[in-house]
Order: sequence, then C-alpha cells, then structure tokens
Amino acid sequence: MTLTAETSRTARPWRERLLSGGSWTVLALLVLILAVIVVINPSFAEPMSLMAFAKKTAPLVVLAVGQYFVIVSGEFDLSVGSLVGAQVVIAARLMDGDEALTWPVLGLMLVFGLLVGLVNGLVTTLLRVPSFITTLGMMLVLFGAIRLWTGGAPTGALSESFRVLGRKGFPDVPGQFQVPYALLVALVVVGLAVVLMRRPFGRSLVAAGDNAVAVAYSGASVWWLRTRAFLLSSFLATVAAVLIGGFAGVTAQVGQGLEFMAITAVVLGGVALGGGRGTVIAAMVGALTLEALFTLFNQLALPSTVRPAVQGVILIAAVAYAARRRRT
Amino acid sequence: MTRRYHLGSTEIVYLALAGILLVAGVLVAVRGGNLFAQQNVSYMLTQTSLLGFVAIGQTLVVLCRSLDLSVGYVVALCSLVGATTMAGDPSRVWLGVVAALAVAAGVGLVNGLVISGLRVNPFIATLGTGLIIKGFLDTRFKGPEGEVPFGFQTFGYTRIGPVPVSTVVMLLVAAAVFVLLTRTRPGYHMFAVGGNLDVARLSGVRTGRVLVLAHVLCSLCAGVAGLLIAARFGTGNALVYSYGLDLDSIAAVVLGGTLLFGGRGSVVGTVGGVAILAVLDTAFNVLDVNPFFKDVLRGVIIIAAVALYARRQLDPASRRARFTTGGGDAA
Repeated sequence: MTLTAETSRTARPWRERLLSGGSWTVLALLVLILAVIVVINPSFAEPMSLMAFAKKTAPLVVLAVGQYFVIVSGEFDLSVGSLVGAQVVIAARLMDGDEALTWPVLGLMLVFGLLVGLVNGLVTTLLRVPSFITTLGMMLVLFGAIRLWTGGAPTGALSESFRVLGRKGFPDVPGQFQVPYALLVALVVVGLAVVLMRRPFGRSLVAAGDNAVAVAYSGASVWWLRTRAFLLSSFLATVAAVLIGGFAGVTAQVGQGLEFMAITAVVLGGVALGGGRGTVIAAMVGALTLEALFTLFNQLALPSTVRPAVQGVILIAAVAYAARRRRT
Repeated sequence: MTRRYHLGSTEIVYLALAGILLVAGVLVAVRGGNLFAQQNVSYMLTQTSLLGFVAIGQTLVVLCRSLDLSVGYVVALCSLVGATTMAGDPSRVWLGVVAALAVAAGVGLVNGLVISGLRVNPFIATLGTGLIIKGFLDTRFKGPEGEVPFGFQTFGYTRIGPVPVSTVVMLLVAAAVFVLLTRTRPGYHMFAVGGNLDVARLSGVRTGRVLVLAHVLCSLCAGVAGLLIAARFGTGNALVYSYGLDLDSIAAVVLGGTLLFGGRGSVVGTVGGVAILAVLDTAFNVLDVNPFFKDVLRGVIIIAAVALYARRQLDPASRRARFTTGGGDAA
C-alpha cells in the first residue's frame, strides 16, 4: 500500500491518484446518481438548484472531513451527532435572538467543542478506553445533559447574524443566483484538510492508523496525534453545528443520527475503518454521494418508509464493489 | 496462560458489578428504600434478559472482530414475524417460534456472507441490512400487529420466586455459548479469527464459515429477544428498533471485558456487563432519577467502568516481550 502510494505521488497525474485511494467507485456512483437526477428533473442542473444542493450538503461534508481525521487514525467518533445537537441548543438558549451575543456565544461554542474533543481524545488515548465506547458514552452524556439543562425541549432563538453562514449567500439578493456561504465554508474546510494531510501531521496520522507501534517507535507520540484528530473532529462538528443551525434552525431532533451519516459517508468514500487508508477528497465525495442519493429519493418521490431499504442496498453494493476492486 | 487471563478480566467485571451494587444499595438505603426488595430484584433480572440475549449474540461477533448493528431491527422483525405467525392460536406457537428464528438465521446468514464473501466492512454491512429491515418494517407494519397466545405470554411474565423465566432461559443460552466458546472447535476458531484473520486462515481455519456461523448465532439470539418482546407485549412491535439495543449490546459486551478488536473475551463477562447496566437502570428507577440525568450517568459510568480495566486488558501478554517496554502509547 505504501509502495503504491509512493509511486502514485511521484509519477501519476492527480486523477489516477484519486482513483488509487479506492474512491473511484464512489465518484462513479456520484456521477451516476447526479446524471439520473438530471434526467428525471433537468432543472437540477441549473446553477441555482446546484447551489441549493451545495448549501444542503455543506454540513455533512464538514462533518465527514472531521470524521475522516478520526477514522484514518484508527478510531471512531460517535459523539458528533450529539455534539451538533448540543451546540445548536446551547447557542439558541444562550443568545436567545440577541445580536450582541452572537460572537461571545460562538467563542463559547468553540471552547465547548474543543473541550469535548479533548475529553474524547484523552480518555481514548491515555485511559485506553476504545473510542467506540468513549464517544458512545460522550453521546449519551451530551444527549442527556442538554435535555436536562433545557428541560426536554430546546428554548431560545438563534440571532440573525448567527444564521447568515448557514442560510445566506453571496451576493445577497433574494431569488437570484448566489454562492452560499456554506459552500465557501465547506471548500475552505476541505482545502485546509487536504493541506493538513500533506503536512507531517497528516502523514503521521495515517501512519498511526496503519501501524501505531511502528509510529511510536519512529518517535511520534501516538496519543497526541490521535487526540488532535478528536479535537479536529469536534471542532468541525462545531462548524457544522453553525451551518445546520443557520440552515434549519433549532429543533429537539437536530443532529440526531448525523454520526452514522458521517461515518457512512467516509466509508462510502473508500476510507478503511480501522485506519491507515483513504483520502480527505474521498470522504468529501462520499458525503456528496450520500446527499445526492437523498436528493434522488426526493426526485423519485419515493415513500419515506422505503428509503432506508434502498439506502441500505446501495450502501452495501457500493462498498462491496469497492472492496472487490481493491483486491484485484 | 490464556485461561488465567480470562479469569482475571471477568473477575474485574464482577468486582465492578459488586461495587456498583454496593454503592447503589447504600444510596437507595439512605433514601429509605431497599434495592434488594423482591420487586426491585425481579425488575433488575427482567431488565437483564432482553439485553442479555442480544449481548450474548453480540459477544460472538465481536470476538470474531466483527460487529452487528442490525440486532435492534432483527429484534423488531422477529417480534412481528413471531406474533403474526402465531395469530392468537395456541397451536401455532411453535410455528411462530420456528418462523421467527428462521428469519433471524436468514438475516445472520446474509450479514455473514456479505462480510466474509463480499468483504464489506461489518460496520457498513450490518448498518445496511439494518436499514433494509427498517425500510421493510416501516412499509409493511403501521403499528403493533399479530397476537401472542396466552400460553406463550408466560415466557414474558412467569417467575420462579423472584427470577423471571426469561432470565433463566437467557442464562441457559449464555451457558450454551460458554460451552461453545471454551469446549468446541468452532468456538476456538472464533477466537482465532478475531485474534488474527490471516494467521487463522494460514492455520487451516475456514475463516468465512466461522464468521457466518457467528453472525447466524448472533441474529438467532436477537430473534429470541424478539420473541421475548412479543411475549411481553402480547403483539409484535416495529418500534422496538428505537430502543438502542444495538449500541447498548456493544456497550455491554465491552463492559464485560471483551476486546472490541476481537480475539479476547468471554460470555460470562458479557452477562456481568449486562447485569451492570440492569443494576444501574433499576437503581435510577428506584431513586427516581431524572430520565435525562440517567443518560448522563450511564455515559459516564460506562466510560469509567471500561477505563478501569482497559489499561490492564491491553498490556499483559498481548504483545511480545520487546514491545512491552517503551511502546506504551502504541495500543
């Protein structure tokens, strides 16, 4: 694996490098799904619809990138869904529609997110609790604590300026073409993540997922690498919470099930659970594919009860197909 | 050496259980109650049976370094298949039981074949089959359906003293799995496959069959849990899948000292893990803890309990001598 990655980096063009990450099947699937959507509903290809799709997809892309850091280092983060929910509820309750409080609350959310990531990381690495259990416990704690604090139903409101990132675009003229800020945020996140994965930190992180013992003996501190992955995941969950809060507002269900969506997106992109293999771009394509699938379900007017079944079949088929390719 | 290690790990689980029982008992006593009153003890034991079945099955797949996220949906599906097949007719009880278990075994077979044959990651494979079953359940069943004859409902309600019959059956299943894992060839093979798939294959173990067997048995256990639900409710119910049995069962397995990365663990520990969760639940109920605070406490206690022995579990004898010094971070 290392050998092929080495040759691909130096000799092959970027397109083939993308394919060698095991992500080409999901890219083909994405193109296929988008093509079917356009055939059914040609207006989807218009810039405005595409931008609406990008706006809706951006939070999942951000979450998938965060989850990617954790998964590629060989761990799980099941707490991101609860964290997104917690952050949105915290923001709504604390600012309660007050514009002046937007920035202080954002700062607090950032601190809270990083704290959650730090606890996840340290408990997993120093106390040696499997991350599946650590983050499952964190999911329960956040879920319960937030409802305990708000008495069951979220209260308050998000300020208008808080909601700009998730809801508005550029230029801000209603009814006309605009580039959503959410898309810009997602692009910046993906861009920074790609750069980060090319830096020594990223290389070591993938290596830690592949063989932690070897990385420890080569002088890197594995616990700090993985803790930073958890910090990144929680930080990006906070960013996603700002986007989702802006896009959809505050509900009791916000964030529910997002952890499985994010993990699914990452694995769909060909990133190996257990770590050591896969690229950020692949994780992003996985997230896009998943959202495109949901859009397709909408276009087909598929009954909501059938959707999980179709999603399950496509999920297994795509991953099975990718697995088949990787072996030959 | 391996046997002594297992004893050690399981002992810690039961020590933790004893500790939690003690603390919970004292807390309840301070409030003027009695955690060990018959009514509380039977509630506690009743709580163990449902999660117990699922967690015993989960132990088998986790030992093989797999996992099963579809168990919750299998439980719901089997409760419906059992109840609708019985349709209130006492003479069809056995038919219902067989039908439910056959469906469960079928799901397990699909899970196992997709994982071993198509090489799909177990996380995705079982999430996928779970979603497929969810789609079927949501489409086909609008609410509770089927009727369980009174005779079979006794499986859900009858007690021998404070001990519910379902708990006895759960312990019998646990005993059978214990024998499977410690006395038989397929059991040893499960440890081998979970420990190192390649080494197991090179040693002549048919790894695919072992995985399929583990998944079939896991789904069968979930099927029994589904029948238990049907017996308790008197009907089948699709909403059971929202109980969170999938993640709870994995938490119980890991609480019981089984390594999430396969190859190490015991079903006795799992029963201990299930008991820990049941004691917590009962204590929270008796103490009338706010349901949301319950979640917080559960989360903290699960992490703390696993942290208690996680370090111990990974260190001794798991690596060759030269890797035990200095490479401390490299779990």
